[in-house]
Amino acid sequence: MNSLTQTENQALTRRVLELDVNNHAGVMSHVVGLFSRRAYNVEGILVMPVGSGETSRIWLLVNEDERLDQMVKQIEKLEDVLAVRRHGAAHEVFVRLEEFFL
Amino acid sequence: MTTQTPETLTGAQIAVRLLERQGVRTLAGIPGGAILPIYDALSKSSLIHHVLARHEQGGGFMAQGMARATGMPAVCMASSGPGATNLLTAIADAKLDSIPLVAITGQVPRPMIGTDAFQEVDTYGLSIPITKHNFLVSSAEDLLKIIPRAFRIAASGRPGPVLVDIPKDVQNQLVEVDEWPEPGCADSVPPPAEQLIARAAAMINEATRPILYLGGGVVHSGASEAAVTLAEKASLPTVMTLMALGAMPVDHPLSLGMLGMHGARCTNLALDECDLLIAVGARFDDRATGKVAGFCPQAKIIHIDIDPSELDKIKTAHVGIAGDVRTALQMLLPAIAATARADWQARVDDLKAAQPLRMPGVDDPRTPYGLIRAVANCLDDEATITTDVGQHQMWVAQAYPLRRPRQWLTSGGLGTMGFGMPAAIGAALAEPQRTVVCFTGDGSILMNIQELVTAAEEDVNVKIVLMNNSSLGLVFQQQTLFYGERIYASKFKGMPDFIRVAEGFGVPAVDLDRETDPLAALATALSTRGPMLIHASIAMHEQVLPMVPPGAANKEMIGG
Repeated sequence: MNSLTQTENQALTRRVLELDVNNHAGVMSHVVGLFSRRAYNVEGILVMPVGSGETSRIWLLVNEDERLDQMVKQIEKLEDVLAVRRHGAAHEVFVRLEEFFL
Repeated sequence: MTTQTPETLTGAQIAVRLLERQGVRTLAGIPGGAILPIYDALSKSSLIHHVLARHEQGGGFMAQGMARATGMPAVCMASSGPGATNLLTAIADAKLDSIPLVAITGQVPRPMIGTDAFQEVDTYGLSIPITKHNFLVSSAEDLLKIIPRAFRIAASGRPGPVLVDIPKDVQNQLVEVDEWPEPGCADSVPPPAEQLIARAAAMINEATRPILYLGGGVVHSGASEAAVTLAEKASLPTVMTLMALGAMPVDHPLSLGMLGMHGARCTNLALDECDLLIAVGARFDDRATGKVAGFCPQAKIIHIDIDPSELDKIKTAHVGIAGDVRTALQMLLPAIAATARADWQARVDDLKAAQPLRMPGVDDPRTPYGLIRAVANCLDDEATITTDVGQHQMWVAQAYPLRRPRQWLTSGGLGTMGFGMPAAIGAALAEPQRTVVCFTGDGSILMNIQELVTAAEEDVNVKIVLMNNSSLGLVFQQQTLFYGERIYASKFKGMPDFIRVAEGFGVPAVDLDRETDPLAALATALSTRGPMLIHASIAMHEQVLPMVPPGAANKEMIGG
C-alpha cells in the first residue's frame, strides 16, 4: 500500500501497461518484483491467458512517475515478456472492471 | 538438433551431457541430498572436472573467476535449501558486474515443493531479483531446452547469471532422447543506428575538451583495442571505472586511470572541465560519478551501452546508442577526424603534473603502495590480479599497472568481501598457465578462508597477498574521517596467526614481516609454482586517498 490519501491518489495521472507474456507460474513474480523492489506501487493488476494458453496478457494500472520509462525498459528486458504497450488512463479495461468493486 | 540412436537417460544424465556438449570442462560446487542424482551422473563424466568447494559461496566465486578470466559462461552447483541460499551472494555479485554464470541447484522432489520439506527453500523466488533469468524445471525433457537456453541468456547481450533449479524427481525421471540440441551461445546484437553513430562522431569532432569514459562493458565486449584506437585517433583523455581497469593500459599516455571516489585528483578535475563525455559500456555508478548533479557539469553526453535500460537511467544522454560497444566503436572510427587537440592535451597534462595520484611509500615494500608495486615488479602483464573488497582493493586499483583486459578481476558492483581468493582459484583453474595474485585483507580473507584447502587440493598457481592492518580498514577510515574518530567494531581484538592458518590448510606461507629482505622473499614466493600465502602487516592508520566523501561531488575530494 502506498501512503497517499485517496484524493491525492486520484489526482495522479494514471497509465495502463499491457504486457504479452509467456504463461507459466513465475512470470507474475518477475513482473511485479520489478515494481515492488523499487517501491513503485501497482494500483491494479489483471491477468488472463490468451488463446491456447501458451501466452497471457497482463494489464497493469500504475501512477505516472518519472521512473515509468525506466520501468518499461526493465520490463522489456524480462525473458518472458514478449511485448509491452503503453496506454493512457482512459483505456477501458480497468474502467469496465470497476463495477466489480462497487 | 543432431540426431543419434535414441537413448533412455535420466534428467541428471541429460543435464550432465548438455553441460559437456556446452563445452564445460571445469565446474565448482558442493553436493547434497537434492542434487545427488546429478553428482552421480557427473561421476561418470570423463570430460568434466568437478572442483569441490568448501562453501557454496566459494564455489560460486570460483565459477565467477573462470567466467571473468575467459568471458565464457561458467557453472557452479549446489544442493537445495542452505546450499542454494549460500550461493545467492555469488549470484548477486555476478548480476551487478554482468558476469555470465550458470548456477544449477537441486530442489526437493516436485510433490514435496511447498510443504516445508527438509532443505526446501523457494530458490526460484529468492533468485528472481538477482538473476538475469531463472528456471524451475518441471520435466526431464524440458532440460533439453532449458540448459542451452540458460547458456544463451547468460552470454547474450549484457551478460549475467542464470539459475536452473532442478527438482530431484526431475533428475531421476527417465526420458528417451533421440535428438540433442545445439549448445546455447550468445545471440548476435543488431548494429546501432547509423545516424546515431554519425551524430556521435560529429559531437566528438566538434568537442574541445572531450573525455572517453570506459566501463566494464568494454571488457565484456572485447572492445579494448577499438577503444584505445579511438582514444589515440581523436586524442581523447581516457578514464576507466573500477571494472574497466586494464581496458586501456593504465600507464598509456592518454590514460587518467580510475575515476570517482578514489580516483586521482587530476582525473576527477579533468572530468569537471570536460565539454563532452563519451561513456562506453559504463553505467554511471555512484562510486564513479559522486553526486550526479556535480558530475561533468559542463559536458554533453554520448552514452553507448548494450543494455537500453542503462541509457538515460542516471544521466540523460544527448546521444544514446544501444548496441554492442565494440561494433559501435568500430563504426565510429572511420567517421572520427584524427586530431591532436593540443590545448586540451596541454591542460590535462598540467592537471596530471600538478595533481597526480600521490603514492606515499611507493618505494618501501612495508607500505601499501610499496608492497603492491613490489608485487607488480616481480610479474609481467600475463599475471591475473584479483582482489577482495576494502582498502587493499582501492590501493591496488590505484597503483597496480594493469595493462590487459581480463587481467583484473574484482567485485565492483556488489563489493563482496570474500570474493578474491575463490575467484583467484577459478581464474587459475581456467588459465593454469598464468600466475594469479589475489590481494586481500585480514577482514576479507576470513569470509571465505575455507577455500584455502581447495587451493591446496587443486594445487592452483594462486598467490594470496594478505595486507594485514588488523582492522576493517575502509570502515576504520570512514569512522576516522566522517564519524568523529569514533572507532567502533572495526578494530580486530583477536587476530589469527595467518601463517599457521594457511599451513594448517595445506598452503605454504611466507611472512614478509619476518624477512630481512622482503623483496627477495616476495620474488621467491611469487615465482614458486602452486598456492602460497604471503602475509604483510601494514599500518592501521593508512588511508586510501584521495577520497570523495559519500554524497559529495567528485571535485570535493579529501586528501591525496
